[in-house]
Amino acid sequence: MKLKAIVDVLSLESPMETLDLERDVTGGYVSDLLSDVIAHTHAGDIWITLQVHPNTIAVATLKELTAIIVIGENAPAEAAVSKAASEGIAIFTTDLPAFEVVGKLYEMGLRGQS
Amino acid sequence: MTDQPLFKKAFPVKGDFASAGEASVKVKNILKDIGYDSGVIRRVAVATYEAEMNVVMYGGGGEIVMAVNADHVNIIIVDQGPGIPDIKQALVEGYSTATEEMREMGFGAGMGLPNIRKNSNEFTIDSEMGKGTRLDLVFRCGG
Repeated sequence: MKLKAIVDVLSLESPMETLDLERDVTGGYVSDLLSDVIAHTHAGDIWITLQVHPNTIAVATLKELTAIIVIGENAPAEAAVSKAASEGIAIFTTDLPAFEVVGKLYEMGLRGQS
Repeated sequence: MTDQPLFKKAFPVKGDFASAGEASVKVKNILKDIGYDSGVIRRVAVATYEAEMNVVMYGGGGEIVMAVNADHVNIIIVDQGPGIPDIKQALVEGYSTATEEMREMGFGAGMGLPNIRKNSNEFTIDSEMGKGTRLDLVFRCGG
């Protein structure tokens, strides 16, 4: 599924200046524990989390995740946004609770990869 | 173990959160560029990241040394931190000495050392109080 489809359905916003919305999303994962994410995500995943600091981006880079959806009121710090831009990771924000975000993604046909 | 590795490189790890994870990304990218076994790359990435974060959070900085061989990769992680008082306990899943601040950032799940052990084929940990900690890891192709 293209990132663009997800952005449209969830009305996601992004603090990034340029985004490649044609990138493929092949699965999803939700967690706020970085050890859990590093152990269990797969390349191409979209990651739903409260965490947004430069280490979040390091995890996403290492696991070749496509994008991060930051839930809640945590505005991504500038350091995280610029690091994400240089690593080609897309960051989005939403007012929706995590449960709603995951539910909508599942409804769209996205699944967790095992 | 006396064979010369095909490629060897050391990566300094600074003791700050801002650059944490960067050495692991470099290690992974080198293995990818070489076209190394993808299973080894995946396991090295997880273990090296966890070890790097430990060096940042507890070791106050250190070094990661990677040696690439035809059928295995050696990763050595060294810090000059305070050392681990009880290694057996530190290896128990869920046990963590992380501060409140680290936990708020999503660390401190007590999965670091267990994840490293799970993803490596050989795992040796040496720690001396007041001197530091050293991890010797081996990742075998097809293993």
